[in-house]
Amino acid sequence: MADTTFAIHSGPAAQARLRKRYARERRFKLMCLAALGVAAIFLVVLIGSIVSRGWSGFLVTQMELTVTYSPEMVDASNPADGNFRMIVVEALQKEFPEATDHSSMRALLGLVSNGGFLAVRNAVVDDPSLVGQTVTMWVSAASDIDMLNKGYVDRTAPEELRRVDDQTMAWVDKLEADGRIRTGFNWDFFTTGDSREPELAGIGGAILGSFWMLLVTFLVSFPTGVAAAVYLEEFAPKRRWVDIIEVNINNLAAVPSIVFGLLGLAVFLNLMHLPRSAPLVGGLTLALMTLPTIIITTRAALKGVPPSIREAALGIGASPVQVVSHHVLPLALPRLLTGAIIGMAQALGETAPLLMIGMVAFIVDLPSGPLDAATALPVQIFLWADSPERGFVEKTSAAIMVLLGFLVVMNGIAVFLRQRFEVRW
Amino acid sequence: MKAGSGSFFWNVDIAVSLTFFTILLLGLACIGFFMGRRRATVLADTQSAALHSRPVYHGWYVALACGLPAVVIWITALVVGDQLIESTMIASLPQDIRDASGPVLNRFLADAETLAGGGQPTIEITPELEAAARRFGNLRTLEHWIGFAGALGLGLIGFGLAYRRLSVALRARQPVERALMVVLLLAAALSILTTVGIVFSVLFESIRFFSQVPIFEFLFGLQWSPQIALRSDQVGSSGAFGAVPLFVGTLMVTFIAMLVAAPIGLMSAVYLAEYAHPRFRAGAKPMLEILAGVPTVVYGFFAALVVAPALRDAGASIGLSVASESAVAAGSVMGIMIIPFVSSLADDALAAVPNSLRDASLGLGATQQETITRVVLPAALPGIVAGLLLAVSRAIGETMIVVMAAGLAANLTANPLEAVTTVTVQIVTLLVGDQEFDSAKTLAAFALGLVLFIITLGLNVVALRVVQKYREKVD
Amino acid sequence: MVAVTEITASERDASHADAVTIPVDRLPELGGPVKMQTRDLKLWYSDKQALAGINLDVPERQVTAFIGPSGCGKTTFLKCLNRMNDTIEGVRIEGDVTLDGTDVYDRSVDPVQLRARVGMVFQKPNPFPKSIYDNVAYGPRIHGLATNRGDLDAIVESSLQRAGLWNEVKDRLGEMATGMSGGQQQRLCIARTIAVSPEVILMDEPCSALDPISTARVEELIDELRDNYTIVIVTHNLQQAARVSQLTAFFHLGRLIEVNDTAEVFQNPGESMTRDYITGRFG
Repeated sequence: MADTTFAIHSGPAAQARLRKRYARERRFKLMCLAALGVAAIFLVVLIGSIVSRGWSGFLVTQMELTVTYSPEMVDASNPADGNFRMIVVEALQKEFPEATDHSSMRALLGLVSNGGFLAVRNAVVDDPSLVGQTVTMWVSAASDIDMLNKGYVDRTAPEELRRVDDQTMAWVDKLEADGRIRTGFNWDFFTTGDSREPELAGIGGAILGSFWMLLVTFLVSFPTGVAAAVYLEEFAPKRRWVDIIEVNINNLAAVPSIVFGLLGLAVFLNLMHLPRSAPLVGGLTLALMTLPTIIITTRAALKGVPPSIREAALGIGASPVQVVSHHVLPLALPRLLTGAIIGMAQALGETAPLLMIGMVAFIVDLPSGPLDAATALPVQIFLWADSPERGFVEKTSAAIMVLLGFLVVMNGIAVFLRQRFEVRW
Repeated sequence: MKAGSGSFFWNVDIAVSLTFFTILLLGLACIGFFMGRRRATVLADTQSAALHSRPVYHGWYVALACGLPAVVIWITALVVGDQLIESTMIASLPQDIRDASGPVLNRFLADAETLAGGGQPTIEITPELEAAARRFGNLRTLEHWIGFAGALGLGLIGFGLAYRRLSVALRARQPVERALMVVLLLAAALSILTTVGIVFSVLFESIRFFSQVPIFEFLFGLQWSPQIALRSDQVGSSGAFGAVPLFVGTLMVTFIAMLVAAPIGLMSAVYLAEYAHPRFRAGAKPMLEILAGVPTVVYGFFAALVVAPALRDAGASIGLSVASESAVAAGSVMGIMIIPFVSSLADDALAAVPNSLRDASLGLGATQQETITRVVLPAALPGIVAGLLLAVSRAIGETMIVVMAAGLAANLTANPLEAVTTVTVQIVTLLVGDQEFDSAKTLAAFALGLVLFIITLGLNVVALRVVQKYREKVD
Repeated sequence: MVAVTEITASERDASHADAVTIPVDRLPELGGPVKMQTRDLKLWYSDKQALAGINLDVPERQVTAFIGPSGCGKTTFLKCLNRMNDTIEGVRIEGDVTLDGTDVYDRSVDPVQLRARVGMVFQKPNPFPKSIYDNVAYGPRIHGLATNRGDLDAIVESSLQRAGLWNEVKDRLGEMATGMSGGQQQRLCIARTIAVSPEVILMDEPCSALDPISTARVEELIDELRDNYTIVIVTHNLQQAARVSQLTAFFHLGRLIEVNDTAEVFQNPGESMTRDYITGRFG
């Protein structure tokens, strides 16, 4: 018997089988590792493609103009009504005296962004004594020039296929050679609202919109969610309809977000007549959406507080309400906040429901409260992604980087809270 | 309160009104709380007797007594007031407007409200409209003042009554805790209310839609071109609302997504759960979590601007014509999005398999691969299947990726290289930028929403059932 | 292979251990050939030493019982014999374990192959959630022991027969194994182990989860299996050790205190600690 079994497991046939089995083992393990690798590659490509497109969105191309506010062009008593386009043209003609005919002048105007004209105007409005004087100032360049400067225009392509013609390119090159073109950090990107001009468009309005919206979401969903979770976990009698609430919460957590958008549209807009495009409505809609998440995480947090604490408190004569408010909730607070932050992060990245309630609009003004028409950061990304101009591609990617930045910070805080304050039992 | 446009009347802004009321309410409640608490302390000191309930509860007792009636009366005043305003408004309108059809009348009223609020009405500003707006503004103002006065009055009465009842023996804790229970219960019931709200909001509009378009035509029709209906006055008669192309498109995108996500997610989970060293696991899991945390709009951008052009160029280089909004681009990116979802659910399912089974298999001389494929995976199968069902439900309901990367045209095709459209894409296209809620076009969005809700709900219920049953079995 | 500090630690432990653990020259004379042998076997879980230099000979085709209080290292030692400790994170092993004179921890020895020769039955019955047939056929299938369905059927039948289970289950081989009673499940696990044709069967408290009647059946089975297999059994139940084993080893705190013929250990223990344990004074 011993000899035969020895042959079964150690003979040459067994060795051959073993080699095959181990080959299978290695193949399988490698395939599984490769799957993880593929996921990692996807992540790298995703982030990489966005960063490589988006980093230049934080930069802005500016050119130096020597502007003369001649009294013929600007009236010192009413400086806002000056002919600033002509002033800019004349400033540029100092550099390029050959550009005198109508079409050349128009081409010169094309060098400067609308924001540039505004800067020239604002300077003299702020200080009317400039009339009659000559000043040099840096103004932002038009989007096409910005793209050219950042290397997104193929200089070798035939002129008719290029957004920038040969003449303009020669001008820009000369300005560049003279040191009159510079690339600076685009602070305005963070403070201004949307614009039709890519070089002027900013995410300030969208960030504010998202802020007001998340504020509403948090104020509604956090107290309600915690209250609901406390009730279900600590006080609810185990009755049939409590089970129904539980099943219902689990199912709500998996309902597509766009359906919440339909709910928001039907209830908040059509039924309650709340203002369209307002962060209030977006916040309420997202609050309903994040509510299940917050309830589920809060319940997990409450479950994490050992029953011995409750028994100890009850044992010294605390009422169940006092047990929860004095002992259980404070102990569960870090995990509760962690859950809330993760819920808010989800809400911050959500787009689809906001499309339903009209937050997808072209809004230039910064919202000053939750009732002003506004857009949100992800919706701004969606809107820009749809824009055909080349300049918006980098803005979209830059906005995505900002959004991802916010998410990283929020999740970082959540992880920090979890690790710093979590009590282990 | 701000001046209306045209500045010939003024109107209470609901936000201002709400702010005022909140300040009023909080002020009342705060004063009640502190005075109640102080009185309880003083009572205990002067009578040198032990309080039945702690002073805090006395404070809450008074605060609730003045706050709760105030809230109730304010909300009642506004709800009843709105009804009264509407009937008064209708009664005071000129005969010709009152006799007009429902939509026209409603439109007129809504525009009067908009004008009163300082907005731009959708119809021409006529003297009748201005008069109605002025009346509306006045009524609104009156309504809010009555609400304020009622809330303040009732609050003060409640305060007085409760304050006088305070005594050492008062069992203040019980009513306060009962009130708290009711608040908690209401919070828990909000989730039910949400579900009911979802069901009713999509159901009502869907029923209106199906009164214009037969349900059979919607579910089995092969033609989808809702835009025609907008141009025609006879809504529903000329637009084509056969949703089969949308269903097919949705299924195709979902199928492609699962083709990417299921194997990669599953095998990643197997590696992490069965092979990986804890330190490797600690590094790889956050990677998947980042992938899960990326907003869908970012995936949509990635699909539209990176993957779709890349696939089109790759197709062109081997002589295949790939549409620039192909199903395969949207589907594969959606697959990437779902990988972490599948992987984490599969990870849970694998972790639920007891180690004794692994030991048994290894103890019999099985390799790890044999243990995984022949013992662990079959044992985890129910959990894995449930996870995949949830992933499918997620893919079906996913919106942004397909809105940005899949097409709008409803092609009935089985070719993944062509553009298809999905249910969610159509919901968005039908509703964005359109405020006309009577046309079959917008109502169709709600019908699609109903289908979406029913399908995802069905998948979720089945999946959660399986997960729960399975969890009970393993425990 | 080991760091300097670890050597000092192990030396200190070893010097301490040698004083108590049975040295090689004091191992009992065995009647028959030695199947498995350990020499100075030490094991650490991370920093914690669980085994302190165990020397033991396991006789062929006999039942060897390991007894001792909880946490004394008997199960850990058992798992060293078929390298089941390999799967645990942070385990470090020193010393020799041989099977028929070959070091099982040698690089050339494959754990998969080893476990086919040294099978294991666990404390809690752990049938796979498959049919009774598939449970028994699992080992033969992965090891390729049967070339056709007929061979496999024969292996399944003979294994179930040897495990004394055939008559109870022959009509329901397709049913789920998880639906059987606990005692049947454990005998199925034994049948599953036998089906691989091992030379040694390790049993880790095989009856601790069973009722007395099932326990009696399994004990009978162990006695029958002795004719063909070398059996090592860990047990908490001293009567069981006395009933089924020929050789008994007493462990305490990671050390082998005493090993001898079972009758000798129970009637005339050589160490006072053994006597205290057997008479129930501790443990």
